[in-house]
Amino acid sequence: MKDYEMVIGLEVHCELQTATKIFCGCSTKFGGAPNTHVCEVCSGMPGTLPTLNKKVVEFAVKAGLALNCDITRKNKFDRKNYFYPDLPKAYQISQLYFPICRNGHVDVKTSEGMKSIGIHEIHMEEDAGKLVHDPVTGMTMVDFNRCGVPLLEIVSEPDFRSAEEVIAYLTKLRDTMQYLGVSDCKMQEGSMRADVNLSVRPVGQKEFGTRTEMKNIASFKAIERAIEYERDRQIDLIEEGGTVVQETRRWDDEKEYTYAMRSKENAQDYKYFPDPDLMPLEISEEYIENIRANLPEFADAKRERYVSQFGLPEYDAEIITGATTLVDVFETATEMTDQPKDVSNWIMTDLLKLCKDNHVAAEDMEFDGKKLGAIINLVNEGKVNRKTGRQVLEKCFTEDIDPAEYIEKNGLAQVSDTSAIEPVIKQVLDENPKPVSEFLAGSEKNFQFLVGQSMRALRGKADPQAVRTVLTKLLDEMR
Amino acid sequence: MDDKTILGLTALELGRAIKEGKTTSLEACKAYIEAIREEDKKYNSYVTVCEEQALAKAKEIDAKIASGAITSDLAGVPIAIKDNICTKGILTTCASKMLHNFIPPYDATVIKKLEEEGMVIIGKTNMDEFAMGSTTETSYHGATINPRGANRVPGGSSGGSAACVAANLAPIALGSDTGGSIRQPASFCGVTGLKPTYGTVSRYGLVAFASSLDQIGPISRDAMDAAAMYNIINGRDDRDQSSTDCNDVSLDNIKSFDVKGKKIGIPEQYFGEGIEPGVKDAVMKAVAYYESKGAIVEKFDMPIVDYAIPTYYIIACAEACSNLSRYDGIKYGFRPEDATDLTSVYIKSRSQGFGLEVKRRIMLGNFVLSSGYFDAYYNKALQAKSLIKDAFDKAFEKYDVIIGPVAPTTALEIGKSLSDPLKMYLGDICTVLVNIIGLPAISVPCGESDGLPVGMQIIGKPYDEEQILGFACNYQNGSKEA
Repeated sequence: MKDYEMVIGLEVHCELQTATKIFCGCSTKFGGAPNTHVCEVCSGMPGTLPTLNKKVVEFAVKAGLALNCDITRKNKFDRKNYFYPDLPKAYQISQLYFPICRNGHVDVKTSEGMKSIGIHEIHMEEDAGKLVHDPVTGMTMVDFNRCGVPLLEIVSEPDFRSAEEVIAYLTKLRDTMQYLGVSDCKMQEGSMRADVNLSVRPVGQKEFGTRTEMKNIASFKAIERAIEYERDRQIDLIEEGGTVVQETRRWDDEKEYTYAMRSKENAQDYKYFPDPDLMPLEISEEYIENIRANLPEFADAKRERYVSQFGLPEYDAEIITGATTLVDVFETATEMTDQPKDVSNWIMTDLLKLCKDNHVAAEDMEFDGKKLGAIINLVNEGKVNRKTGRQVLEKCFTEDIDPAEYIEKNGLAQVSDTSAIEPVIKQVLDENPKPVSEFLAGSEKNFQFLVGQSMRALRGKADPQAVRTVLTKLLDEMR
Repeated sequence: MDDKTILGLTALELGRAIKEGKTTSLEACKAYIEAIREEDKKYNSYVTVCEEQALAKAKEIDAKIASGAITSDLAGVPIAIKDNICTKGILTTCASKMLHNFIPPYDATVIKKLEEEGMVIIGKTNMDEFAMGSTTETSYHGATINPRGANRVPGGSSGGSAACVAANLAPIALGSDTGGSIRQPASFCGVTGLKPTYGTVSRYGLVAFASSLDQIGPISRDAMDAAAMYNIINGRDDRDQSSTDCNDVSLDNIKSFDVKGKKIGIPEQYFGEGIEPGVKDAVMKAVAYYESKGAIVEKFDMPIVDYAIPTYYIIACAEACSNLSRYDGIKYGFRPEDATDLTSVYIKSRSQGFGLEVKRRIMLGNFVLSSGYFDAYYNKALQAKSLIKDAFDKAFEKYDVIIGPVAPTTALEIGKSLSDPLKMYLGDICTVLVNIIGLPAISVPCGESDGLPVGMQIIGKPYDEEQILGFACNYQNGSKEA
């Protein structure tokens, strides 16, 4: 058997997080009751016309700049014509001839070092609705809520040679979109979808083999498995003397195999042409530069800075920069406390454990970093000890409470006022004449016993350092 | 005021009479609805008459006029609307089986505007199916008959709007013009029809035929009415990105328009092969009138006219096939009852729901957009479009307006056109260039040929509505004097 290599190109769709749809004022929110985020425009009512949401252009330019693309100055929209029940106009408004971004690249880290993946183009388009099959009645219903939700389609060059590179690229793409705040890229909710174009060729051959396309695979894991399956299928086919047919295949994640959906002979002719309802869109140099100047710091740069500026361990920096939610918590709490290492420790040991215990992915976590900052400050100021701090954090994670108020209300504050604890400790000494006299006679270990008794009497809220000071003072007075 | 007097007034005259208390909107609407009921059996110009809504609205408007809440020139005046303009709660069928039961849940922008000015919709008018045709014979509701000639078509596609104005069954109407659909029926029926500059009137709510060519405009009894109506419906609309800011026209300037010293260009090709001598004579007589009033007339060569028909039909059909794809029996369009699966819904819906002419144009459109043919047809048409624009730009460096016939013939006999579509398409030769590059043009009655009305077409520079309306009004004032 010869050695083969894979050639893969990706088409990734990301739903944009604009408040309203691309051509009308309907909400883009995921999960509404069927056909509640629908108006005459996005349902393709006869006579209606699209109005471009400018936010979509801004998000597309942001994404393009972050992925090192050239921005097209004179943009046009085109119609892609095809019949399907989830597409009420029977055409999708997209960009074929003048996509908004071109010629970009992304550098990804793989086990064999850094690799640059080319971005062929990024274009803006509208999403279609969704068909819902009712197994009871056997009916198929259409939900138009998703109709007109803005999408970016990011088309890579055929630069991937392994599943690992594909996953590294998708992770980087997702992080970038999330850092930009343009897409939440949740594969499980369909806000990030990938089509995989894959072919194989004997190592050393220059020409590409015949490719197949696998559409809408729903998770990173599934993509990895689908790639491996499809590679093996193509190689086996060639080794058995067969030929790969250019076709669209669907990955069945449960049965773990791909099957043919549509061959090239049946490929549709989308009859693209410029949409006459939308005017050419000019993007100025100034507009682009303004966006470029306001791009956020991305994961790679942040990670490096966390290590060099704050002295975080590489591993911690990697984990924190892996989710924008953790970055937000880290930066907010650091700003409040000026204790980056402390904050990082709290995140790595306590916050991530809470995520795990509550079955929330870190990227989906809804937690305000101000609360962590407040808790850390309270601990460092000696208002509560670390153990209590951890309890408060646990409470804050699931409930919307103010840490300081909560501590106050539940009497959790550590007592560090010596005048407040002195009477209690005095009483402890009175109640323990034997250990006291033994200590005074030179038995040092009884001191630790008296500290313990005092702490217990103060129900754990006292600052241990303050207890030691008071105890020493009182015992000295008895000498 | 008696019904007959009411029906004889222009829209502005009726508006004035209502304002002055000589009649009311309710009285006017009743007179028109009564007339439609009696007379329209002969013409079939209306497909829907909205008696209840109209009378209720008229009462409301009368109260507002009385209280001074509405002061517009056309307040209280009834209006007929072509059946491809969406009217909330009123059937909008586009004269097609596909939309035979479509009641829009929203109003077109032009409808909102004219209702804000207190105009009252009395009905929806017949048309060629989806505005495709030049005779109003392709309508699902049956053909409309030209009130000016018993066995003649009213032209199309806004044949119902032109016929009802010509028959005094509406003081004024709205039509739409994609390749001559306002001007040609106005010419055939002997009324005035204005196709405004592309973008001056919002297309929001106009069921699309060819988006880059479609434009709504008035069909009226004279140029003054057209001007008043244009002022009501024009203006940029946030819901139509192809709409633009534009100025209102001045009714005073139009009324007193002087053609002295104005330069009129006459393209030779508009009077070439195929034009009826009677049509040519009538138009040239009107041009001679302008000359007698001091205008400077010059003939010029415009060979680009040869490309008018192919360019137009490629662009129009390409856009139409896409615009009409939504009528597939799922969300919109006729739903066949005997369909067994998705593909058969599509096939049966579109085979049975569309008429022959619409299907022909959808097939043409699909053909020119197909991969492998796109460059040869669609892109060539776009190149021709830019040559056409250059030719007109050059002509307008010399002339204030360009004048020619609206159509090479007068109204054709019913049943004689559809059998030879190519010949029918050639009848659009004088009107389509204007749509391809978005110019304003007006059709003005200029006498008769063999007893049938002839229309003169006055074409202006972009946004120069006031000038072409001025020319039209000047001629109409002159003919009244004579």
